Amino acid sequence: MGRIEQTIRGALLLDFWGAFVLGMRYFFRPKPTVNYPFEKGPLSPRFRGQHALRRYANGEERCIACKLCEAVCPAQAITIEAEPRADGSRRTTRYDIDMVKCIYCGYCQEACPVDAIVEGPNFEFATETREELYYDKAKLLENGDRWEREIARNLELDAPYR
Amino acid sequence: MWTYWLNPENPGVGFWIADTLSAILAFMIVLLLSLAFLLLMDRKVWAAVQMRKGPNVVGAFGLLQSFADFLKFVFKEIVVPAGADRVLFLLAPLITFILAFIGWAVVPVAPGWVIADLNVGILYLLAISSLGVYGIIIGGWASNSKYPFMGSLRSAAQMVSYEVSIGFVIVTVLLFAGSMNLSDIVTMQAGGFWNWNLLAGHSLPWPMFLVMIPMAGVFFISALAETNRPPFDLPEAESELVAGYQVEYSSTPYLLFMIGEYLNIVLMCAMTTILFFGGWLPPIEIAPFTWIPPVFWFAIKVVFFFFMFAMVKALVPRYRYDQLMRLGWKIFLPTSLGAVVLVGAYIAYGAN
Repeated sequence: MGRIEQTIRGALLLDFWGAFVLGMRYFFRPKPTVNYPFEKGPLSPRFRGQHALRRYANGEERCIACKLCEAVCPAQAITIEAEPRADGSRRTTRYDIDMVKCIYCGYCQEACPVDAIVEGPNFEFATETREELYYDKAKLLENGDRWEREIARNLELDAPYR
Repeated sequence: MWTYWLNPENPGVGFWIADTLSAILAFMIVLLLSLAFLLLMDRKVWAAVQMRKGPNVVGAFGLLQSFADFLKFVFKEIVVPAGADRVLFLLAPLITFILAFIGWAVVPVAPGWVIADLNVGILYLLAISSLGVYGIIIGGWASNSKYPFMGSLRSAAQMVSYEVSIGFVIVTVLLFAGSMNLSDIVTMQAGGFWNWNLLAGHSLPWPMFLVMIPMAGVFFISALAETNRPPFDLPEAESELVAGYQVEYSSTPYLLFMIGEYLNIVLMCAMTTILFFGGWLPPIEIAPFTWIPPVFWFAIKVVFFFFMFAMVKALVPRYRYDQLMRLGWKIFLPTSLGAVVLVGAYIAYGAN
């Protein structure tokens, strides 16, 4: 572009008016904004969110304290202690997940032979204190009870690809 | 002024003070309230250009967003950095804030609706906008920090350079109007949009619009630089200087800086309106246009220019420092100087 042409373009603000027309065209386009707390984007069935410990339909907890998840956890966020229960079955007495250490890799649910520990679809569990993010067994089981329907549906949807 | 007091028929000092104070109060309240919504409009315009929705949660369509922001700023902690000059650090935002307000004293928003109808209103405005540099320089220096200092140095050079071309553009308007009173400048443009200084219809058959339209452009662009708005926001360039002279500010001092800055922008929009676009005058003085009260015409024009300010921020990339100086000194200064000569020649040889 010649120097004279450039000068004329600058003096007439041609570049600006071009940008202005383009800007006004975008001005009236429909907005892709999602009004987050009121509307939410779609989540994949494989989404790895907040952890939950599931139960069988009869209310028996699934976890058999094999400690595979504890072993596979790359962030060493899981702590498990186990003892035989009164009826002789092997169960955890302690199942803690440090949600601050957790990197949400999903290895624990991959490792679990009984689909007990899963990462559910919930991602809105921010807290005001760090202590509230040290989940214990009761909290995880409660999560499982609360999210069971969504978790079961997601597992079913994802099953063909596993 | 003294003749007013000495004339026994005029109402007393008490009445004058009450009258002026109530006018000032009315101006401040209206300005601050409209500023709240202009700020929202600013954000909505950028958002729309970027295909976002912008603030829309607080109140219907986010109308109360600015008030929520105001409360947030006020309730935050004022942090004065260690080693900062405490007095100057807190004085700087006050200077910016107060200067932005007192500039409005001479702005006529409708016939007779002006706090002080000064004969040298334009000189007063020039003086006030020059002083505006102090708030920024003092703020940057008193922060005792590197980025604010660099930001304030840049803004000093920038605001001083563009003041020059703004001065010359104003001179061209003054030559047309033959008066420095802002109300006179507006009434001089009466008759229709072709008589506005932008088109200078009363100078026909001399084509003075060829001079005045570029001058309006120069004035608008210089106003962008004068108020540190993008594309000339080098003093606060958030990608280089974080936030320039505002880095160390928080809470209410920051709020004062922000209100002052935006009020200056609205003042510049008002100046553009008064000098080139006929102030409170309707574009055509026939029935449907004259029904709208003058103050609304003024507001409509100011809001339009504010919209243009917002669009420029949304569209134009930031200038480099040397480009900024080149534009100010090598392009705007000669152009506006040439325009002064042309308008002067027209006044001397072409008029009547």
